[in-house]
This record gives sequence, C-alpha cells and structure tokens, in this order.
Amino acid sequence: MDSVITAKGLNLWYGDHQALKSVDIEIPEKRITALIGPSGCGKSTFLRTLNRMNDLVPGVRIEGEVRYVGQDIYAPEVDVTWIRKRIGMVFQKANPFPMSIYDNVAYGPRTHGVRSRAQLTEIVEKSLRDAAIWDEVKDRLNKSALGLSGGQQQRLCIARALAVEPDVLLMDESTSALDPISTAKIEDLATELKNRYTVVMVTHNMQQAARVSDLCAFFLLGEMVEYGDTETMFSTPSDKRTEDYITGRFG
Amino acid sequence: MEGLSKKRRAWNRTMKALMYISAALTCALLLGLIGYIFIRGVPSLTWPLVSGVTSYLKNTIGILPNILNTLYIIAVAMVIVLPLGVGAAVYLTEYASNRRVAGAIEFAAETLTGIPSIIFGLVGMLFFCQIMGTKEGVLAGGLTLVIMILPTVMRTTQESLKTVPQAYREGAMALGAGKWRTVRTVVLPNAVDGIVTGCILAVGRIVGESAALLFTAGFGVELNSFKTALHSSSATLTVALYIYAAERGETDVAFAIAVILMIIAFLINLAANGAGRRLKNGRGAN
Repeated sequence: MDSVITAKGLNLWYGDHQALKSVDIEIPEKRITALIGPSGCGKSTFLRTLNRMNDLVPGVRIEGEVRYVGQDIYAPEVDVTWIRKRIGMVFQKANPFPMSIYDNVAYGPRTHGVRSRAQLTEIVEKSLRDAAIWDEVKDRLNKSALGLSGGQQQRLCIARALAVEPDVLLMDESTSALDPISTAKIEDLATELKNRYTVVMVTHNMQQAARVSDLCAFFLLGEMVEYGDTETMFSTPSDKRTEDYITGRFG
Repeated sequence: MEGLSKKRRAWNRTMKALMYISAALTCALLLGLIGYIFIRGVPSLTWPLVSGVTSYLKNTIGILPNILNTLYIIAVAMVIVLPLGVGAAVYLTEYASNRRVAGAIEFAAETLTGIPSIIFGLVGMLFFCQIMGTKEGVLAGGLTLVIMILPTVMRTTQESLKTVPQAYREGAMALGAGKWRTVRTVVLPNAVDGIVTGCILAVGRIVGESAALLFTAGFGVELNSFKTALHSSSATLTVALYIYAAERGETDVAFAIAVILMIIAFLINLAANGAGRRLKNGRGAN
C-alpha cells in the first residue's frame, strides 16, 4: 500500500498559538482516512495544511514537511494551484457559487483551461453522476445552485471538486450540517469514491468514522495521539486518551 | 398606573412632547424647504430655459450648456474614478498582505472623505491648472472631482467586497483558481451591487458639487462640444446656480436650476436603492 501524502514533524502556529505539534502521518492511497478528536484539537487545521488552504490565514507559520507523491508541497518552486488541482476539498458548509449548477461544476475545468462546450458538458455530467446527484439536477442544470437543498448543495460541491479530476479528496466535516439521510448519501458516496480517490475526512461523529473509514487518526491539543487501522483503534486503542475519547469520557 | 409616581409621569409626558416637537419641526423644515423651492422654481422652469443658451445679444438665458457640462464632468470623472477606485479597493481587500499599510491607506481615505470640498478645488487649481498647465475646464474639474470622490468609491467598493462570503473565495481557491481568477469570477460579480450603488452615489456628489469646481472647471456658460469643453471654462449646473443667483441677480433662474438639481438628487437616490436591490435579487435563487 503506497502512501500518497506524508507529513513529517509538522508544526503550525497561528500567531503565538501552536495548533499542530510535530505531526507525523502517512496517508495511504485509495483508502478513507478519518481524522477525529475534540473541537480545537487541530484536525481541521491539519487537513488544511494538505492543500495549503492555511496560506489564506494571516499570521500562520508552518514548520516541517508535507509531501504529496514525494513532492514537498511547501517548497518554494511548487505551484499552489497545481496542488489544489490534485488535492480537492469539500468544506464543512456547502459553498456553491451563486451561479448555475452547470457553471459551478464547470468552474474548475474552466479554471484549468477547458474551453470546449462539448467537453465541459461531458465533464459536468460525469462529475454529477459520480457525486450521485445527476438524477436530481439533470433537468435544471441552468438553474441557480442556491436553489438546491443543503444535502444537494454539498453533493454538488463534491461534484465540483471531482470535476478537476483530483487524486485526493479532503472532506472537512462535510456532513456535520446535514440531516441523517443526506449524511448517509454522502457516506455511501465516500465509500464509492475510495475505489478511485484517496479520501481524508475530518469528522466529529465517532460512528461515522467507525462506519466509513479504513484508517483513523486521533488528534488532541494539536498532537496526533494515535494513528492506525480503524477497527483496531475502535476495539483496542493503544493510548488511554484515545480510549477515553472514543468511549465518550470527554469530547 | 401603579409604580410610576406623578412626577415621573409628568416628566415622561414632557419628554414625549419635546420629541414630538423635534420631529414635527424637522419635518416642517424639510417639507417647507422643498415646497418653497418648487413654488419659486417651477414657474420659471420653461422649455426655452432648459434647451437654450445664454446670450447678451439676444437677451436670452438658457442652461443647456450647464446641463451638458454637468454630464461631461460626470463622464470624465467616472471613467477615471471607477477603475481606479475599484482597483484600489480590490488590492486593499484581496491582495494586500501587510494589514498595517492597508489600514493606513484606509484611514487616509476615511480622512479625505471628510475634507471640505473647496480644499480639493484649491489643490486642483494649483496642481492641474498651474503645475500641469491644464486649462480651466471640464478636464481639470473632472480630475479634481476624481480626487475628491476616489476615497468614497474605494470605501464603498471595499465594504461591498467584504460582504462576499469567505467561503466563495475558499471554494474557488480549493479548485485551483488563482487570485485574479477568484477575484474576477467569484468576488467581483458578488460585490457588483455595492459597487454600482457607490458609483451612483458618487455621481450624486458630482452633480451636487460646486466649491471644488469654481476654480477648476470655471464659470463659462457658452455651449461647447465635449472636446472643446475639456479645455474651456465650463460651469456645471451648481456653478451656474451660483452665477445666476449671486452675479446676475436672476433669482428665478437659480430656483429653476435648484428644482432640476433636486429632481436629479431624488432620481439618483431612487436609482441607488433600486440598483442595489435588483442586482442582489438577480443573483439569488431562481
């Protein structure tokens, strides 16, 4: 099993506050890796270092290295748009652009130079199918994406991310704002997607992590306490703190 | 009523009456002023006045040149201020990484908006007419107004940019869009209502400005083409109002101009409100 993303000795500060403390992790290809831990433990921060979204935060400082297929993504010569094309992201709150469903999905391909209408239409349909939302929106592709329900919007955002043909998909608590049915749809979708993509998801929901992930990393106060096979971690955690968290003693 | 003593109830009534009087006075003052201007101005607002020119030989008074000069100045000022103000605002809100420099510029802009406009006129006269050698006219006047309204356009654009949800920017960035593409395709289209509203209000300030134009655009009342007007003394409507009221003693003409200015002000406010609302609705769910 090859690892797609590796982090070594990763430290991150927001101003004076250290949000990540020497995190080491190897994320394997075509698996779902879940990042769990209480609020403010650094799991979302860690996820955002993987596609350099933290670059947008003023006053952030990063030490250590993150490699994607061997390439140090914080090296000065790296084109950050290339990283974000390879490593897509779906956010906690669905954030479709206020434009049509079609234009939302076509946004990424257009950004990367696809101009032909036929080609775009093909990508849009394929992405919407892959995100399991095609049947719901195929008759209203030119309608505003803001008219969709929350769950549909989130799947649209997944389709939008898939349209640039990424290698890795980062999901930042992507179901936390959704109802149980929409959540189940997105979980099924994630399981489906891991045949072709590497998925890294942050979740607050223990059951979700146990249900869908293959590997699981437990974060606490900026440290990665434990990382390994999900089943093992949930049945026989090796660290006392992991056990306390999983069994609900704090959180 | 239980609880409130007699004294307090009397105090309550007195205060209520005082507020009522303040409101009534304000209302009466405003309505009285508008009414007075209309009563004095509307009778002299005739077609020959609006469509004619002033001539000593023919003994006619017409304000067509001034209406045109006003339009010329709006055109010159807006063509320059729009790209400049929006560009500066985009830089400060989207690009500038040094928050302290950006803050200093914002503070300077804020201060500039509070400066009396005659000072812009003075500086405009010195800088454009004397140092740069531009002749008194629509160009010098327009450029002076650019400096005057630039901070306003910049600030309203910035406020509008700040209302665009950060999630849109993140969404675009996460798809590999560069800074400029994010700004052009996601940020600006969602800020356009605020920018348009800011521009309409800027036009309102141009139409209403007189002090800054006295020394820069001049007092000329001849009918000029746009090209000639750029470099020849050209009075706008507000300056013409001053000329006819203070120098020629034509109070009726001045009031007629006042009516026109008030109608324009009313239309501009209406347009600003309408544009903001329409553009906002236009991009909602449909």
